[in-house]
Amino acid sequence: MIDSKYFFKGFASIKGVRSPAIALGASFIAIGALLKNIGFTIQESIFSTFLTYALPGSLVMAESMIVGASLLNIFIAVWLVNARLYPMTVSLMPLLMHKSQPKWKYYLSCHFIAVSSWLIMKDNYDQINKKSRIDFWIGIGAATWSVAIISTVIGYFASDFLNREILIGLAIINPIYFTCMMVGAMKTIKISLSIILGTILGPAFYFISPEWCILFGGVTAGTIAFFIGEINDQ
Amino acid sequence: MTSNIFFIILVTSAATFLSRFLGVVSAQNIKESSKIFRWFNCLAYSTLAALIARIVIFPSGLLSEVDYFVRVIVVVLSIGLFYITKKNLVYPTIFSAIILTLFNTYL
Repeated sequence: MIDSKYFFKGFASIKGVRSPAIALGASFIAIGALLKNIGFTIQESIFSTFLTYALPGSLVMAESMIVGASLLNIFIAVWLVNARLYPMTVSLMPLLMHKSQPKWKYYLSCHFIAVSSWLIMKDNYDQINKKSRIDFWIGIGAATWSVAIISTVIGYFASDFLNREILIGLAIINPIYFTCMMVGAMKTIKISLSIILGTILGPAFYFISPEWCILFGGVTAGTIAFFIGEINDQ
Repeated sequence: MTSNIFFIILVTSAATFLSRFLGVVSAQNIKESSKIFRWFNCLAYSTLAALIARIVIFPSGLLSEVDYFVRVIVVVLSIGLFYITKKNLVYPTIFSAIILTLFNTYL
């Protein structure tokens, strides 16, 4: 059903110098502590990371709860901040699709799409034959997802020992990990332009709409980068 | 309150899974050599960059207590360390947490 050789090869991506484990661990430890502080039980905290597994979404959920937002408002706020997962999925799945593989693997494993697992897969897919890529991907996803869940538990129980200074230190780790991965991914003109323009336009659109800035800034930046890249390739 | 939290978690995960699920549905008919795939690839990287830049420049929560210049300096130093250590990701991440805490305490 799942080729264990490729599954474990993917799973092993949490080891080594490019491991996402520290970044994921740090941020989900912070999430675990945050969830405890806003009144979640340990079961609810695990359930939350298990089902959502997307950091900005969980943060928005916590913020919305604190201000007493309605369920509909929470849905919209979370959808907006996690809408980036749509282009991420569309730009990953065609690389993994193979007609010999059952469809359920794609529909279930899309839950594993998050920034760290996505960047690792984008970095490594060309080293895996197309038929086995989905099993390799499920391995990466299972590994990063497990780290997130275990870290949530650690954060929940360690929350009394985590003071402000430690939590501030933990909060920078994830953006730094992502920044370095993105800088490392700048290998073509198109991707480099997408990243540079996204970095500029995302915060620039914040002045127009803090809620929509990621989506508006991202789509504008990506579209400009695409056209410049296409013209350059011709 | 407990049932309330339960529904909040369900709503959050549904809002998140929606984008992933629709992504797989759309991807069924997209070939990796097509123009639309290349466009979505640009969109994915640019929205990610926008998200990360937003977190660093306009953070919510604890990072907002750290001075803007400190955050930017930490990012620049960490990218430098990333190159010095031949694209090792472990050193810059640990380094960033330590140096941010130090700067934030003593500057």
